[in-house]
Amino acid sequence: MNTATFSWATLAPAIPEIALLVLVSTLLIVDLFLDEEEGAVTYWFAVASLLGCAALCAMTIGVPTRVTFQGMFVSDLLSQMLKVATLVSVAATLVYGRTYLQVRGLLRGEFLSLSLFATLGMMVMISAHHFLTLYLGLELMTLSIYALVALQRDSVRATEAAMKYFVLGALASGLLLYGLSMLYGATGSLELTRVAYSLEHGHAHMRLAVFGLVFVVAGIAFKLGAVPFHMWIPDVYHGASTPATLFIGAAPKLAAFAFIMRLLANGLQGMTADWQMMLVILAVASIGLGNVVAIAQSNLKRMLAYSTISHMGFLVLGILSGTDNGYSSALFYVVAYVLMTLASFGMILLLSRAGFEAEEIDDFKGLNQKSKWYAFMMLIVMFSLAGIPPAVGFFAKLAVLQAVLEAGYTWLVVYAVLLSVIGAFYYLRIVKVMYMDDPAGEITIDPRADMRWVLSVNALAILILGIAPAPLMDLCARAITASM
Amino acid sequence: MPILSLTIWTPIAFGIAVLALADDRNPDRARWTALVGSVLGLLVSVPLWMGFQATADMQFVELAPWITRFNVNYHLGVDGISMPLILLNSLMTVLVVIAHWDVIRDKVGQYLAAFLIMSGFINGMFAALDAVLFYVFFEAMLIPMFLIIGVWGGPNRVYAAVKFFLYTLLGSLLMLATFIYLYHQTNGSFEILDWHKLQLGRTAQILIFLAMFMSFAVKVPMWPVHTWLPDAHVEAPTGGSVILAAITLKVGGYGFLRFSLPVTPDASQELAGFMIVLSLIAVVYIGLVALVQSDMKKLIAYSSISHMGFVTLGIFIFNADGMRGGIIQMISHGFISAALFLCVGVLYDRVHSREIRAYGGVANRMPVFAAFFVLFAMANSGLPGTSGFIGEFLVVLGAMKVNFWYAFLAATTLVFGAAYTLWMVKRVLYGEVANEEVALLKDVGRRELAFLAILAVLVLAVGVYPKPLGDVMDPTIQELLRHVNQSKVGP
Repeated sequence: MNTATFSWATLAPAIPEIALLVLVSTLLIVDLFLDEEEGAVTYWFAVASLLGCAALCAMTIGVPTRVTFQGMFVSDLLSQMLKVATLVSVAATLVYGRTYLQVRGLLRGEFLSLSLFATLGMMVMISAHHFLTLYLGLELMTLSIYALVALQRDSVRATEAAMKYFVLGALASGLLLYGLSMLYGATGSLELTRVAYSLEHGHAHMRLAVFGLVFVVAGIAFKLGAVPFHMWIPDVYHGASTPATLFIGAAPKLAAFAFIMRLLANGLQGMTADWQMMLVILAVASIGLGNVVAIAQSNLKRMLAYSTISHMGFLVLGILSGTDNGYSSALFYVVAYVLMTLASFGMILLLSRAGFEAEEIDDFKGLNQKSKWYAFMMLIVMFSLAGIPPAVGFFAKLAVLQAVLEAGYTWLVVYAVLLSVIGAFYYLRIVKVMYMDDPAGEITIDPRADMRWVLSVNALAILILGIAPAPLMDLCARAITASM
Repeated sequence: MPILSLTIWTPIAFGIAVLALADDRNPDRARWTALVGSVLGLLVSVPLWMGFQATADMQFVELAPWITRFNVNYHLGVDGISMPLILLNSLMTVLVVIAHWDVIRDKVGQYLAAFLIMSGFINGMFAALDAVLFYVFFEAMLIPMFLIIGVWGGPNRVYAAVKFFLYTLLGSLLMLATFIYLYHQTNGSFEILDWHKLQLGRTAQILIFLAMFMSFAVKVPMWPVHTWLPDAHVEAPTGGSVILAAITLKVGGYGFLRFSLPVTPDASQELAGFMIVLSLIAVVYIGLVALVQSDMKKLIAYSSISHMGFVTLGIFIFNADGMRGGIIQMISHGFISAALFLCVGVLYDRVHSREIRAYGGVANRMPVFAAFFVLFAMANSGLPGTSGFIGEFLVVLGAMKVNFWYAFLAATTLVFGAAYTLWMVKRVLYGEVANEEVALLKDVGRRELAFLAILAVLVLAVGVYPKPLGDVMDPTIQELLRHVNQSKVGP
């Protein structure tokens, strides 16, 4: 089938993407004709578009796997599930960030349309079945995010963060592209199934393929923020405006997971032994550095940045086991992680107000005296990040660790467990300042109703998924089976 | 009727209700809700005692799938070891609620809710027959305890709370690693009873034993990982100290009996000498440390460590007397340490000092209180007729069968224990009225009388007639000993 045919059947799997593209283009145009005061219209339009696309994706759940556009694009349970999660988490990001952006004059069409374009990029990445689609999705996402960070023009810190992010990010994309081109040379194809086929049947030039693999893994590690490619994370998390940080910290991790799955588990499964070793190094270094350095941070955003590094180490742990069990554990982990990130940055945004960024740990002092409910929400999130039951973070860790042990890396389990104790310390510190210290300054909490509800549901979901993790775990397992 | 589920979820439900109803300006609503919740929690656990059959089987079993993917079940059941501990915990929760009444004035609702929720978690942990379920309750209970120490504790509370949390977390995470290992060894089962039957090689057993040891030894606490306990005890509010001493320390002993011994019997036998030495160091050395304390709570904390040394000693000499003694000692120490901490609380609420020096001649002003304090002090030093005597005597008896010197060293506690406890009593209660503050003391009120009397009755009852307790646990102990004497190392 060499001639491109555009029919309903070939387009159907990509309906959510097409819908989002149409909607974001509409948003771009509509925004031109609106005054500043009518910003609420575009905001609600954006949130509604995201939720509408999420509903579209949700409706396709259960439809069997379809590959379209000559093998460039796939729609399977994994992609459907991840897209729903991505769209919902971006919507939550916008809800959390609304007041913050509004009082700083950032809630304009640019922020919203860039967010939606980045989301579109993520969706393309998630559904990619071809090196080119993968790369295109990635670039659409990251280019939009660079701009998102740089949007706060009058902030030196944000501009610096954007520069750093852009330069290093471009370098990483280059590495990735270089690696992909070598894989193309070694296997003669850019499509995942064909690459997998030629690797499995010994048609590939193995030395070249391994050489390419190193670059690909480095590119992935950069996008994830795994050590030693983590340098951008603390600075960007710290420098970007909090909603932008939240944006970077949450949904792209889902896309990155899909990226790794498609590339390593589907495309390069014939080279599992090769990438496994590299991932072991990434995981060990990330968990170690992330947890240890986080202790020294007094800025909450920086602390969460290092915590992200260690969590990505855990994610890599799940993947490196190289089994379906491991992949589905990693998927569960990443979904749980996104929920926790949303809630923790949501709390920072909740406490921020005009002219005040609640991003120092000390800004949470005495929160319990001011608002028992939100202190409790943050308590759940912190214990979940630390992996203490009954929050979902515990089951995420349990699932990953059992997969790693199954793969025979007992020492890695013990290592990860010991470093978790160190990790617990800095999460505990947040709980400590909230409950055991007196408020340092005035804390004002006056969120909009939408934020109040979404944040509460978000944090309670962390608890409820910890009490009843079975349905999500089963869904993850089925998604992984469907994608393999 | 799912009695075990009720004992777990009644306190938790009431804890949440207390949180919802709490109003800091009018704390009485929270107080009465909590009292009703804790009493109900105690009442629903009474059928466990009434309906208990004297066999070694798990009873009141409940089984429902929880996470099918990992074969994790909501599996509950009790035997002769866990059932008394659940009752003990439910009872202590009631006492803690009564004890806080006029004392805690800050964030009353959260304080009570933390205790009730923790009580449910602890019951769940004792009743769990699934390792993941056990672990969830085991860890979850750290959260309320962390807050109790850190929010309502003394001046150095934050340090103590963090130390307590990290110490116990380190141990429990290593235990988690062994749980996952055992899960794979049994081809995907988290059932504790399946693990009891699992054949394991010698090296594996020793590593598992050591990892679990890290977890349970911290809880007990055994020398040299006991250093968190004096800090936590001293800084915790009275209720926190009571639960810590009476209940959470028992988790360690319980863990050895439920996990270490049956899962790794060969390693337990092989490392018994090591465990006995650590226990004896706790008994003798910590007893001496207790002697020089000037802070009453610290003294009782060290005394707890020393007494818990008896529990581990009794467990690791592998005979029926020792084990029975060890378990009775757990229960009895629950009563006595709780009582002593409550007594110190009574004094602290009036004078706001825990220093022994701040007192003297208290008996002149508080005769009723003094009578109780002396009774509990005597029980703590192992006076015959009190529960303290039974456990210690049985352990010494069991130790004598194994080695004279074990028994000899263990028995020194009867001297040291009497020395530090009675010396403290002498300095606090007797002599001339020491200062103005003591001169103004009022004797115990009805509320205080209630919890002291309940504990006094229990201490005497177990001391005079321990047979019912022994009957409940004997079949389980016999079964456990039979199990431990069977090698698991394959041919």
